[in-house]
Amino acid sequence: MSTIKPKHQRLVLVVIALVALVGAGLLAAFALKSQASYFYLPSDIVAKPPEADRAVRLGGMVEKGSIAHSPDGITVQFIVADGKARVPVRFTGITPELFVEGSGVVAEGHLQAGTFMADNLLAKHDEKYVPREMRDMTKAQAKAVIAETK
Amino acid sequence: MIAEIGLAMLWMAAALALLQLFAGALALRPGGTALIPVVRPLAMMQGLLVAAAFASLITLFLTTDLSVKLVAENSHSLKPFIFKLAGTWGNHEGSMLMWVTIMGLGGGFVALVERRLREDTLIATLAGQAFVSLGFYAFLLLASNPFARLPEPAPEGQGLNPLLQDVGLAFHPPTLYVGYVGLSIAFSFAIGALVTRDVGPAFARAMRPWVLGAWIFLTLGITAGSYWAYYTLGWGGWWFWDPVENASLMPWLAATALLHSASVLAARNALRAWTVMLGVVAFSMSMIGTFLVRSGILTSVHAFAVDPTRGSFILSLLAIYIGGALALFALRASTVTEGARFAPVSREAALVFNNVMLCGILGIVLVGTLYPLLTEAFGQKVSVGPPYFNPVAAIFVLPMIVVMFVGPLLRWREDKAARVTAPVAIPAVVAAFVLFVLVLAEPQMKLLPTLGLGAAAGLAVASVIPLFGRNLRRTPLPTYGMVVAHFGIAVALAGIASDSAFSTEKLAAVNVGDSQQVGPWTIALTGIEPIAGQNWTALQANLSASYAGGAPVALQPQARSFSSPPGQRTESALKTRWNGQLYTVLGEEAEDGRWQLRLWWKPFVPLIWLGGALVALGGALSLLGRVIRDVTRLRAESKIAWRRERQGR
Repeated sequence: MSTIKPKHQRLVLVVIALVALVGAGLLAAFALKSQASYFYLPSDIVAKPPEADRAVRLGGMVEKGSIAHSPDGITVQFIVADGKARVPVRFTGITPELFVEGSGVVAEGHLQAGTFMADNLLAKHDEKYVPREMRDMTKAQAKAVIAETK
Repeated sequence: MIAEIGLAMLWMAAALALLQLFAGALALRPGGTALIPVVRPLAMMQGLLVAAAFASLITLFLTTDLSVKLVAENSHSLKPFIFKLAGTWGNHEGSMLMWVTIMGLGGGFVALVERRLREDTLIATLAGQAFVSLGFYAFLLLASNPFARLPEPAPEGQGLNPLLQDVGLAFHPPTLYVGYVGLSIAFSFAIGALVTRDVGPAFARAMRPWVLGAWIFLTLGITAGSYWAYYTLGWGGWWFWDPVENASLMPWLAATALLHSASVLAARNALRAWTVMLGVVAFSMSMIGTFLVRSGILTSVHAFAVDPTRGSFILSLLAIYIGGALALFALRASTVTEGARFAPVSREAALVFNNVMLCGILGIVLVGTLYPLLTEAFGQKVSVGPPYFNPVAAIFVLPMIVVMFVGPLLRWREDKAARVTAPVAIPAVVAAFVLFVLVLAEPQMKLLPTLGLGAAAGLAVASVIPLFGRNLRRTPLPTYGMVVAHFGIAVALAGIASDSAFSTEKLAAVNVGDSQQVGPWTIALTGIEPIAGQNWTALQANLSASYAGGAPVALQPQARSFSSPPGQRTESALKTRWNGQLYTVLGEEAEDGRWQLRLWWKPFVPLIWLGGALVALGGALSLLGRVIRDVTRLRAESKIAWRRERQGR
């Protein structure tokens, strides 16, 4: 196999690098469009429900008196509310330490027949380490939520 | 007193860095040669001073001096010794001081031992290192002073975040930082070589050990961090594609590409501009990572307390250093002459492919990490996780591994594909055989883990083939290093694929006395008891686990409560066998008095970290080989010089 002329070689290398980077960029853009999980408030989910299998995050307040434990001892059902809408959530697993009624929560999962099936729950860890989505959420809905959870 | 001495030494170190920058810059001008002998000692002095400042902060933490704000906010007199020590860097200010300490010591170490690099390039490199350090000195002294006093000494410290109270804190941050910040040396080398137009094989050979050193520590730091997250977070996962993890992975990807392109430049004088560019990119990724983690735009245990002024400060530093380096590159790129040519089938071409793939992964990780920040600026909150990263990264990783079968066997410059067909056929057959067996035996297995196991088996065989037909005693250490590192990648990949394909999980509420099955294990809950540690209390589950009916072993997962600051943490209990790991977590008490247990059987999962350690070991062998070679060469040279001198007399 013959070697390429020096000038052409540099050009070829630059083109390969560019093609790869643009390819990576396009691939990333395409994958992000289909795989990024969006953040919903209960009122968003009620107004515009996401497609059934799409992974999303739901953030809101755990409604007072709504936590119900299933007989299996590991599944909980509760209602996440933001003052405007209420969404039932079902989660199987060990709940975070600060998962309590009247406190904020972010659930990761998907919507199935009107119930949000959570794969993971993020609760406030302590005063210093609040999940970012929750910090924003409590700021934005502070008033409504306080009225709701009093 | 110690705090004031520490602060004074920090200021003096910053002043020396300024001096080092100016002395270096003036020394490079015509007529400035008188200043050349000053630069090396300046760099060493600066390193010693900043290390002394760091030592004073450690002393303050060890003695729990509560009149110092940082100690009062992050330590506690009752904390165990190891966390008092490691607590020094378990906070923002302390970790930034560790950052500049490593930067200063790194520069000083270069000044002390680097003999290969052309003298003017070395001066420019040290000036560059001082320039980068200065920004971080300014950041420390102006925006994050670790030595600030309180008006009144606090009665007691506020303690350390419970999540950080783990031996991992003693190992993970220092190793990761040595790697992370060590890449600043590669950055300064690149700047130095651009300034003096010295991009060539000698430059690459001088830079390579420094990149290797940083890369080894970065590999160890990431591996240690992954294992720490795995056992401490209680989710059974070892990598979460969390932005903070990505922030450490991106410099690693760039440094890995840099290592390989530097070897092309060293051996064949090709990929000149590209290598310099990677030197700039690698440390830029470290800085971007620091910005992401410390600016408060992300929330994580790594972010510490958030202060918006710090974010804009780091962002300005980023703009100055990355922008400046790229501008210098743009100005000088045209003077970096064309490298030597090579054929499409050659060692160089394989390494180019590896570089392009590594940069592709870097690109998609960067995009995936920044995308949520971008959309949030437009009011749309998203999170990007494994469903994005896993398949997209695999698109680049798998072809790269296939090329790793071939690359090390190819000759430099030009080779015939026919010459390597036979040796490549062996790993290809192994990979195909494993794929075939998996598809037959486990038809439900997902695509990526199946491909991963096949590729891992092939690579494990392919990685040792370069040793065949060689005199093993005469094979240079760097070749062994490559073999071990590539083998380590195969081992880690096997662990990753096996964990994702074969892990079984069991979540159950269990009465004391009852047992559960997970995989081949039978696990009985024999009791729950309260226990107390030095600064925590816990509920402990006593588990008795037996593997396939064998003798029972005891596991004791805990749910710990810390008092200062208040916080909870699950303490998982693990049992490692040769073929995998049992992972147990204690949850809450259910309403009817049963206890929640979360159990995983993870076949071959320890291979992930064993692989990471092997990759680092490979790097270490390679570095050792190069250092030995350099020392021997320098000794021989000085002997010749000494003989000449004697004969001259």
